[in-house]
Amino acid sequence: MNWFKKSASETQITHGQRLWLYITASTIMFLLVVPTLIVIPMSFSASQYLEFPPKDWSFRWYESYFSSNAWMSATATSLKAGLFTMLVATPIGVIASYGLHVSSHRAARLVYMLLITPIMIPVILIGIGSFYIYVQIGLVNTMFGLVVAHTILALPLVLIVVTSAFKSFDMGQEQAARSLGASRFTAFMTVTLPQIRFSVITAALLAFLTSFDEVIVAMFISGGDNATLTKNMFNALRDQIDPTIASISTIMIIVSTTLVIITQIFGKGKGVK
Amino acid sequence: MSISTYGHVNEQELKNHATKERRILLGLTYPAVFCVITVMVIPVAWLFYLSFIGSDGNFSLEHYQRMLDSKSYARIFLMTFKVSLLTTVICICIGYPLAYFLSQLPARVANICMLSVLLPFWTSLLVRTYSWLVLLQRKGIINQAGMDMGFWDEPLKLVHNLSGTLIGMVHIMLPFLILPLYASMKSIPQDYMKASSNLGATPTQSFWQVFFPLSLPGLMAGSLIVFILSLGFFVTPAILGGGKVIMVAMQITNNIELFYDWGAASALGVVLLVMTFGILFIASKLVRLDNVLGGGH
Repeated sequence: MNWFKKSASETQITHGQRLWLYITASTIMFLLVVPTLIVIPMSFSASQYLEFPPKDWSFRWYESYFSSNAWMSATATSLKAGLFTMLVATPIGVIASYGLHVSSHRAARLVYMLLITPIMIPVILIGIGSFYIYVQIGLVNTMFGLVVAHTILALPLVLIVVTSAFKSFDMGQEQAARSLGASRFTAFMTVTLPQIRFSVITAALLAFLTSFDEVIVAMFISGGDNATLTKNMFNALRDQIDPTIASISTIMIIVSTTLVIITQIFGKGKGVK
Repeated sequence: MSISTYGHVNEQELKNHATKERRILLGLTYPAVFCVITVMVIPVAWLFYLSFIGSDGNFSLEHYQRMLDSKSYARIFLMTFKVSLLTTVICICIGYPLAYFLSQLPARVANICMLSVLLPFWTSLLVRTYSWLVLLQRKGIINQAGMDMGFWDEPLKLVHNLSGTLIGMVHIMLPFLILPLYASMKSIPQDYMKASSNLGATPTQSFWQVFFPLSLPGLMAGSLIVFILSLGFFVTPAILGGGKVIMVAMQITNNIELFYDWGAASALGVVLLVMTFGILFIASKLVRLDNVLGGGH
């Protein structure tokens, strides 16, 4: 039991004296992780009442998910919306971030604040606001409308991630390229962009997840053939506990975990904090 | 023409050129600005306008008047504040020890333990709310385990009430508190703790008199994010509250989905927005908002 007497920090406190902290912290970590992952084993239960541990194992909830047209079409909608949001929000976010970083225009700070606002204001306002406008111009229940709304929710994240990359990037390199005759565009594409690519990839994946996981805006402006997976899940949850949701949740956990692993591999520790 | 005037013209030209370039570069933000204006600024301005239009189509304060008169609205605002405040306080009590623990670990262990915060952070909030619904229900694991071990005889009512909502919300908000708090704890130089211990402080004294005050900006930033996000929360109280926890965002939805009353919904939305910005404004006097915006995600 030597470890208990060993000093845990440079202020001479021992591991033994810190035992309470270790126990508390482990409990909290347990409570953070286990409820997140508990649906995975339960989704393989054969019973209607998701018990744990399941008495009998089966794939019946996966079958019920994969054989349902409504769930499949909702999944396709969510994947499409996520992909399009990523493809729209990333480029316009990156160029906006670049413009704000290199332009010393007086309005730059104001524009940055404006573009960041969508994560500060309650999402419900964007939900009902965009619904109101979309009704007038006929964009309700369309993929286009959904992507535009999700794009503004993803923009702040893209902007934060990419701007912090620009801040730690030495812009002198781009100036050097330009003084050697490259146009601003060529210099950006060949010198700057390759060096901030990890942040751009992180931003893109965040944009995808923002759209894929989004519930509130989708609840108002998506529907019919273009209802998202989260909208259908939310509606199902309000009614009763349908075990199919457990299998869908498992798949969603796999999707987001895969994306995080990808960013960790690409980011090599430079991922978002 | 003397050299000096020539130089002057050149200077003027350069200046014009620089101004023009600044404007062109700012133009790169236009696509993003265009989206934000169409989907956020115009709709929110429209809601603002709608909230001042009475049922007869003229300017009126009736929606706001009703909010002041009606007891049910007062209850909803009170509930929203109560839930947000309780969530924030519980998050602080749980999050601070964990962030402190993480900040004291060697980098490699810390990165692994950090996954316990990042994994829920990246997992859909709908999925996590669903997990809690399953865990806390009458025949759920927690009730089963509690009864098997003899802690209680009857199934406890853990969900479809305030406590269920709070459990779910704390679980969802905790990463938003821990991440900025951890970042600010990591930026406290270890030397300060060594110095205070060298000057004769006990570990407890060093913690409360040196470490804790220096971690306050991170704690403030994290608490602010949690509180602001909780104010506008919708999904978790709607599912785990079982109709007993009505928050402002849910009332807005009800007004539109059930009553089709845009005026009332807009007025509530405006009040929610003003509260959010009011809190952000007050907070901006206390902490640098840059920390908040950079630390959240």
